[in-house]
Amino acid sequence: MAKKSTEFDFLDPFQSLNIPIAGWADGIKEWAISNRENIQPIKNQLNWMINHIEDGLQAVPPVIMLVIVGLLAWQMAGRRVAIIVLACLICMGLLDPRAWGLAMTTLSIVVTSVILCTIIGVPLGILAGKNNIFQTSMRPVLDTMQTIPAFVYLVPVVLLVGIGNVSGVLVTIIFALPPIVRLTALGIRQVNPSVVEAARAFGATPGQILVKVELPLATPTIMAGLNQTIMMSLSMVVIASMIAVKGFGNEVLRAMGRLDAGKAIVGGLGIVIIAIVLDRMSQGLGQSERERGHRHWWQGGPVGVVLRAIGKDTSH
Amino acid sequence: MINASDRAGDAVIECRNLWKIFGSRADEAMQAVKTHGLSKTEIRDQFDCVVGVQDASFSVAEGEIFCIMGLSGSGKSTLIRHVNRLIEPTSGEMFIEGNDINGLGAAALRELRATKIGMVFQNMALLPHRNVRDNVAFALEVRGISKDERFAIADRALESVELDGWNDRYPDELSGGMQQRVGLARAIAADPHILLMDEPFSALDPLIRRQLQDQFMQLAAEMRKTTLFITHDLDEAIRIGDRIAIMKDGALVQIGTPEEIVTEPADEYVSDFVAGISKLNLVTAQKVMEPIDAYEGRMGPVNQSNCPVADLHDSLDSLVDASIDSDQPIVVRSDGKNVGVVTKRALLRGIQGRMHEDDDVLQRQQTQQASEDERELSRG
Repeated sequence: MAKKSTEFDFLDPFQSLNIPIAGWADGIKEWAISNRENIQPIKNQLNWMINHIEDGLQAVPPVIMLVIVGLLAWQMAGRRVAIIVLACLICMGLLDPRAWGLAMTTLSIVVTSVILCTIIGVPLGILAGKNNIFQTSMRPVLDTMQTIPAFVYLVPVVLLVGIGNVSGVLVTIIFALPPIVRLTALGIRQVNPSVVEAARAFGATPGQILVKVELPLATPTIMAGLNQTIMMSLSMVVIASMIAVKGFGNEVLRAMGRLDAGKAIVGGLGIVIIAIVLDRMSQGLGQSERERGHRHWWQGGPVGVVLRAIGKDTSH
Repeated sequence: MINASDRAGDAVIECRNLWKIFGSRADEAMQAVKTHGLSKTEIRDQFDCVVGVQDASFSVAEGEIFCIMGLSGSGKSTLIRHVNRLIEPTSGEMFIEGNDINGLGAAALRELRATKIGMVFQNMALLPHRNVRDNVAFALEVRGISKDERFAIADRALESVELDGWNDRYPDELSGGMQQRVGLARAIAADPHILLMDEPFSALDPLIRRQLQDQFMQLAAEMRKTTLFITHDLDEAIRIGDRIAIMKDGALVQIGTPEEIVTEPADEYVSDFVAGISKLNLVTAQKVMEPIDAYEGRMGPVNQSNCPVADLHDSLDSLVDASIDSDQPIVVRSDGKNVGVVTKRALLRGIQGRMHEDDDVLQRQQTQQASEDERELSRG
């Protein structure tokens, strides 16, 4: 805080009047350093989660993984999307011998971040959808999270939890959380009030209204939020690689340092392909029941085929 | 208000001096109304509040169909929502089967809504993500009734509105009329004592509306549920209602049977409404006849042998049938005695709904002869 010792000037008051925000931020840094021990348990929990997800993804042989992802895509978004997804993944595998492993590492960070964003974001969104004061006070916070350059909070996060996957996930959550909160709130607010009134008139509790009426009707919007959250967390992997997160982002970062165009394009294309795959699959979830022709999820896709094959009635 | 106190004993729904004022300063405005008797405009100007319901009192007896009729914005939908407390009153009381529901806790209120009151909405308000059976079973589901049981009940309710076979369909696959029948099935599924119908047929086209009215009246006759029926259509109110309340600007201006409303409108507002209503099936001989003594005092004894005869409770429609082949006035009988006479003039005026208009004319004619009376009629 370089405070100039000039006289107060009415025409240029900002020279002498300043909010010491940078000083406060430094204070936060001090606080972060002194409280490192306290957050170690949380860090360990997160680390455990990330490692297990990554180990799981890496342990599956690529061909089996292709089958799993293909079936999942078919179930979530239909046969056409499944074919696109499989083609993309095969292309990605052909890029480079290491590409598949890097993809799984990147995916594990994205999956962990998205799970945590959903756990945090959906309840916050429901609150914001129900409560105007909460909505109004959340808005500037979400705006800040979405627009503040990542480099600004990279340093405090690293000071607090150190480099590595955990801080990578935290940084990703900060950036990717807003859309799911916003769209959950929007989805809840868009529910036809007369339907909610009808539910009240038949004696439903607020909890029943939420679970049986509001959340099902808000689901397509919430899924659109989830899709945005997935995309944004993927866009953080390069920045997160600066704090020692492995995967495609790290490839791009290292290639940049060595001016290695070939390596950069492998990393870059890998990220793009994962983005396409995750986007197409998660968009399938955002279809409303009406668009799917009022079929339950188990009536379509591979599950539907299996159920029909074993002769179970799937009509209801 | 008519009958508010003497029906209190067996009233299923009873509403006493209910006020609803919308706005952030509603309580202050209510105080001002109570102490100073402010008008609606004064409330709006001084407190920036809107009066939704203004001192409404009425009671609905067991099994009765009570229509509240008013134009849009008259507060009828607001009023009906006080019966199951979807809207909290600013002041006043609402009794359901003798219990003041404004004193109920949240759980007891939900219990009341789920078990005692079924509601049908103007815009159907079905749950779009659930099939027809799940929609109908909703009130039972929130009470925790098992799937098999509630589905069986829902299927029966759908049968009663002739929608069997549509159970697995979704609301958006149904036409408007069918959706509203689902709405009706949902309201009766839990076998409530009370039905609240908030303009249930208003959004439908005239033919379907008529069909649904018929179906509803048939169901109502079987079920004998106490019904509060909101409509903006006086014809509908007259067709369906045992009694009708006319609502204007948040206040109930008249409560009565369809005949009372049509023959004795309380003010100009009501008489404007009833002007276009056909009186043929509503008004009875009793309303248009001249008492036998007055008639005989004026015209001399009636020669009963060649006069058509009608009962006291015969409608104008049947009086027309009776008098169409005769030039003589109609003799009205009750309990084997002649009680009154309906002249052609009175009958025609009655059909026009202007039966009291000629009272002073009659006074002047008291001394004139019957033949002149006939001539006057042919000219007018």
